[in-house]
Amino acid sequence: MTMELQTEMRTETVKKHYFSDIAVMLGRSMRHITRSLDTIITVTIMPIAMMLLFVYVFGGAIKTGTENYVNYLLPGILLIAIATGISYTALRLFTDKQRGIFERFNSMPIARSTVLWGHVLTSLVSNAISVVIIILVALIMGFRSPAGILSWLAVAGILALFTLALTWVAAIAGLGAKSADGAGAFSYPLVFLPFISSAFVPTDSMPAVVRAFAENQPVTSIVEAIRALLADQPVGNNIWVALAWCLGITIVAYIFAIRAYKRNAA
Amino acid sequence: MEKTIEVKGLQKSFKDIEVLKGVDFEVKRGEIFALLGSNGAGKTTTVKILATLLKPDNGTVTVNGYDVLAKADNVRQSMSLTGQFAAVDEVLTGRENLVMIAKLRHLNQPGQVADELLKRFGLSEAADRRAATYSGGMRRRLDIAMSLVGRPRLIFLDEPTTGLDPEGRLEVWKMVKELSKSGTTVFLTTQYLDEAEQLADRIAILHQGKIIVNGTLAELKSLFPPAKVEYVEKQPSLEDIFLAIIGKKEEKVN
Ligand SMILES: Nc1ncnc2c1ncn2[C@@H]1O[C@H](COP(=O)(O)OP(=O)(O)OP(=O)(O)O)[C@@H](O)[C@H]1O
Ligand SMILES: [Mg+2]
Repeated sequence: MTMELQTEMRTETVKKHYFSDIAVMLGRSMRHITRSLDTIITVTIMPIAMMLLFVYVFGGAIKTGTENYVNYLLPGILLIAIATGISYTALRLFTDKQRGIFERFNSMPIARSTVLWGHVLTSLVSNAISVVIIILVALIMGFRSPAGILSWLAVAGILALFTLALTWVAAIAGLGAKSADGAGAFSYPLVFLPFISSAFVPTDSMPAVVRAFAENQPVTSIVEAIRALLADQPVGNNIWVALAWCLGITIVAYIFAIRAYKRNAA
Repeated sequence: MEKTIEVKGLQKSFKDIEVLKGVDFEVKRGEIFALLGSNGAGKTTTVKILATLLKPDNGTVTVNGYDVLAKADNVRQSMSLTGQFAAVDEVLTGRENLVMIAKLRHLNQPGQVADELLKRFGLSEAADRRAATYSGGMRRRLDIAMSLVGRPRLIFLDEPTTGLDPEGRLEVWKMVKELSKSGTTVFLTTQYLDEAEQLADRIAILHQGKIIVNGTLAELKSLFPPAKVEYVEKQPSLEDIFLAIIGKKEEKVN
């Protein structure tokens, strides 16, 4: 028995099993998520609180030109939730790096990138869960959308791309961090970005400099594109600008994340 | 005898620190090889190079006949690493940890493999508890069990008993001996001479970047000055006291 199993491992070329390995990694991180449901609550509670605050407290004073402020607010709230969510991706990566489990995986005959991809898929799934929870709360608060299935799919696609882009940014932070706090802290500015955009108030009410920044940063085009899709209105150029931002960030962050990963695994 | 590990002229530096300055040694198939060295001697660095986690700066390193640089994947397929710090997933249960590794090794019955190892390492009862709740000794055992998934021909144990209590230490020793009996080659590092003495067929001492001694225990002993006879006043141990009390009681009864 011993000999038989031992010779089994003695093949010349090592076959890679990308998909089954990624599936194992995904299964692992999904367990991490379901076993720390408080993470999902933490991720959703802050955006939901903001939504309540803005709709029921500040909402009356904000003039957006739409009769339903929840409809106006929701896209920005979703982006804030995603920005919060990916800080946990950075944290999970950092913990893996610290605990030596990375080393174990890297000393095994599995493609090294599968470890990273497992985290990326987990990030997509867990953020999708928080997005759904927040949309449900928004529905209770009076959010309504005339959008058809195609528009909803487009919204899901943009949100997924946005998550992917930020996840790779999170990977750089998690792999490069020296402490757990450092791994999570990088997302604070990302969470803040929607405030200086058209997510809460239209940009024309802002002073010129702020307005120039707000109108040219990624969140505004993404928010506007999602808002238009959900309102079943023409999206215009915004969707292309939004896609370009997401793709651009993904590609640049991916290159740096892989480099950071190789440095760690070297 | 077949060589499982062959290291020639191995050098490795981190920035300004020259850690390995030309290390040479061989490990034969089936033997227990102990690399002895104090803190910072470069034991972990050596193990990491052998396990393809670090690249050597210079020299040739072959493991199971494969070059660690050119054939890293074959090396990974043919050995298993238990690093200095337990590499278990604390969120998962003991069983889930083992199943995960079995799946990554593409074994046919991951569940069965896990159950067998849990039993062998006395972890059956704790199998469905999260590894975070394990004691240091249990975690180390799980860690080693994870390395045995798929029955690798060669296993690296980097300071397997550091931080364990005497009982845990004995357990690990027993397990290493069993492994070796079943034909697995064991490469272990340690800071303790007595551990190397207990376990190893061959001992190498790494000091200031070089192997300064390499041989069997008998060969090493012949290098040391002959044993001196010294008289030392011995304090009674708890066990002695206990035995003495028991003995007195029994005398009274008789
Ligand atoms: N990634 C690294 N970057 C810089 N220096 C390093 C790195 N890894 C190890 N070193 C240095 O190399 C030397 C050898 O370290 P190594 O971990 O191999 O020693 P060791 O014999 O395993 O010690 P210990 O008994 O404490 O585990 C130490 O001086 C350490 O500080
Ligand atoms: Mg060490």
